[in-house]
Amino acid sequence: MLSSQIKSNEIIFGICNKDLLEEIIFYGMRLGADFVEIFIENTDKSSVLAEEDFITSVSPSFGRGAGIRIFKDKKDGFVSTNDLTINGLMKSVSQAIEMLDVTDNKKIKVFNGLDKHRDYSLFKKKWINEIPSIHEISEKLLVSTKSLKKNNKIITRKGSYSRNLQEVIIASSDGTYVSDIRLHQTVGLNVIANDAQYRSSGSRRFGSSGMPHEFRLWDHEKAANDVFESSMNMLYADYVDAGQMPVVLANKFGGVIFHEACGHLLETTQIERGTTPFENKLNEKIAHESVTAIDEGISEGSFGSLSVDDEGMEPEKSVLIKDGILKKFISDRAGELRTGHKRTGSGRRQNYSFAAASRMRNTYIAKGEHSKEDLINSISDGLYCKSMGGGSVGATGQFNFAVEEGYLIKNGKLTNPVKGATLIGEAKEVMPKISMCGNDLELAPGFCGSISGSVNVTVGQPHIKVDSITVGGR
Amino acid sequence: MNSKEITIQISEAADSLNLKKWDYGASFSNDYSVQVDKGEAKQLKASQKQILTIRVWNESNLVGITTTSDISESGIKKALNQANIASDFGNKNERTEFSPLAKDPIEAKDSKKRNPVGIKKLLTLLREAELKLLESHESIKSVPYNGLSESFYERVYANSDGAFRSYTKSQAALYLYARAEEKNKKPRSSGSVKLGYGVEDIDIESCIKDASNKTISHLNYSSIKTDKYLICFSPESFLTIINAFSSMFNARSILDGISLSNKNSIGEKLSTEALNIYDDGLHEKNISSSPFDGEGTPTKRLCLINKGRLENFIHSESTARIFKTIPTGHAGLGSKVSVSPDWIVVEKSEENTDLKTSLDHSTYEGEFVYIEELNAIHAGVRASQGSFSLPFDGWLFKNGKKISIESATVAGDIKYLLKNIVNIESNQEVTTSGISPHIWVDELSITGDA
Repeated sequence: MLSSQIKSNEIIFGICNKDLLEEIIFYGMRLGADFVEIFIENTDKSSVLAEEDFITSVSPSFGRGAGIRIFKDKKDGFVSTNDLTINGLMKSVSQAIEMLDVTDNKKIKVFNGLDKHRDYSLFKKKWINEIPSIHEISEKLLVSTKSLKKNNKIITRKGSYSRNLQEVIIASSDGTYVSDIRLHQTVGLNVIANDAQYRSSGSRRFGSSGMPHEFRLWDHEKAANDVFESSMNMLYADYVDAGQMPVVLANKFGGVIFHEACGHLLETTQIERGTTPFENKLNEKIAHESVTAIDEGISEGSFGSLSVDDEGMEPEKSVLIKDGILKKFISDRAGELRTGHKRTGSGRRQNYSFAAASRMRNTYIAKGEHSKEDLINSISDGLYCKSMGGGSVGATGQFNFAVEEGYLIKNGKLTNPVKGATLIGEAKEVMPKISMCGNDLELAPGFCGSISGSVNVTVGQPHIKVDSITVGGR
Repeated sequence: MNSKEITIQISEAADSLNLKKWDYGASFSNDYSVQVDKGEAKQLKASQKQILTIRVWNESNLVGITTTSDISESGIKKALNQANIASDFGNKNERTEFSPLAKDPIEAKDSKKRNPVGIKKLLTLLREAELKLLESHESIKSVPYNGLSESFYERVYANSDGAFRSYTKSQAALYLYARAEEKNKKPRSSGSVKLGYGVEDIDIESCIKDASNKTISHLNYSSIKTDKYLICFSPESFLTIINAFSSMFNARSILDGISLSNKNSIGEKLSTEALNIYDDGLHEKNISSSPFDGEGTPTKRLCLINKGRLENFIHSESTARIFKTIPTGHAGLGSKVSVSPDWIVVEKSEENTDLKTSLDHSTYEGEFVYIEELNAIHAGVRASQGSFSLPFDGWLFKNGKKISIESATVAGDIKYLLKNIVNIESNQEVTTSGISPHIWVDELSITGDA
């Protein structure tokens, strides 16, 4: 018997589950649901940690589960379970229906069955054999941590790798029926340097999606040099003086500020909550005319790229801001239902235990025409933020970000390294102050935590100049 | 399968794979939660989860691990197999063993487990709470972040040496985060979180009142001048900073070179003699208490700072063996065993004559900054360097007035902060992360907009 003809009373990856999925969806619709969505995943993960010259941790994990979402009017009920049998999934549907208190099941919405299966995994199954083995990963990590041993001031060296191979099946009552395989790999290096009372740290992280060989191609020597140099530059740095000043934010991970401070405010979940100042600003100027910002899920290999989102829609390239004018919001199914903004292929979730929400993918400010030197030369007294740490945005839009590696700008030149700087502001006030964009756009991978869990994203920008921002220090 | 059956299943599967030494930790949970939006149900969630983490020791006594949500017979066998393969990469330089205390008796406490009230009841209660909060002040326009949840779970630890322990618990949580808006002013937001063993234990009225009062109190805000200030940390904010720098007490962090302490730091003077800090996971106010850690070691009260001096580190089995002491009940279960504090208790010691007791947050009339809540801890704390730069919600008390601070950060160094504690108030307050009185610190840098 061919594998595709196997009949089963539970979801099995690698075979056609259409009949079973349709049965579950029909069941939900008969009970009075407006919309039924089934998200099923099977994961295989591994992480490896190298410390100094030894592998100190290898952690494999695997699992499977389903998330069932039922919409009735504008509310939704979501149930997650590890039970992938038809009985288990039907029980979850019943539970979601019951939670929503659906009593009107006389006007049953039409479900015409599932469309033709869109299988995005067809060309990806070979990945499984191409992914680097734990042995190969361990060897490269050890070479990498060895590369960090550059002088006796480096007291801690770490290299870490993790990968997630995720198979998904998505089916819903609008006919959507897709399968996909996603592969995400990330590798990072960290050091701590110490000399008497002075201490500094440095870190860099790299990541890719859908490219099994990418880890093999990773230039660990360059990464080690960057991390070492950063920690040495910051080891004897003084604390920055607090105040208002112009800043230049470096490219790559400098884009985390746009992601956190503005990007989140352009997700429809924020409109639903009434927590974005941009809700009624479509086609209005919200940023300096030098700013064009994009969110997309299509750049090959980028950490936030997807063949299909977690609601079965192919991701689009969304121009969020064009020459300072707000053009689009990032939307998912619930966002479209509750705010009217069309879906953008941005329905994302950490895993089956989260309902999808509108989330960023690869988000960046487009390149401008200036060189990095143009930006720095334009400042007589300010701060250059070469490497950003993490940050957060408050419920009313205030953001703050730690500067991991910073330098004072004096009379158009980079001078002393400074530590302890935090950038503080509000998107609405800072966006109009981004007056110059460099011509050196680069992207960097990261993880974004929000309403539907932690998802892989890319942030990015060219070097940008902010005319004035509050710098927290001592 | 129940936990006893899973243990038998693992034991039989391990035998068939010729794996002599193993242990596991498991968690089984059922969670229910609701969110509302202006009286309407927004999202209703239910989840059933099971997580199993298995460790095996190979013939060279190296450890491998695997985690799975598949606890079927085949899932368990696969997990044991993967863990066995992973053991080839086990850490040769730091051996892991069973905790010597994994079979010691655990403190039997009333589990205070409650029964589920169900989604409909959760929804009704949250709708009512949202409405009351919206009606509490005309400027409160929405409650954008809200939720009421109840969880029921079982945790298990067992090993091939015959250790077996488990407990079941229930926990409920309510959070209300309100947003206030007034004409020509920036929106202000604040909230409150309450925990209980069950929904019936949550003081909903007090959560509404706290969220409302906090939000309204920030309506009249002003910028603060960048300068050094006398600071009063709320119990919650002081616990936040202690937890953020808990690597100072953490033996794992010391061995990893990311702590400000070292092996010889016990006895080091860190603060005024008036300061005592304990870790007390079994404290009666700790709703999330667990009677044992990830390695099966019983949880216990441990003094971390005694009269200003570092008294103990928190340990796992392996760090305790390296430090030639016993595990303290603070281990996770992982390939590399993590160590973390449970529930911090801060108190004034008997040696408190050097404190400036006139500094009381409810009566002091001089100028000071009151830090109600610290934010963005993950971004603004450099635990390995001892420094922090954190945004906060709080007030400036000046000339008899209490002014909400618009947007500011407090920056400093944890060792400086501890050394510059000038008063520890007498009354302790219970928070979601521990217990502490208000703590006064002299001369910390505040960056504001003014």
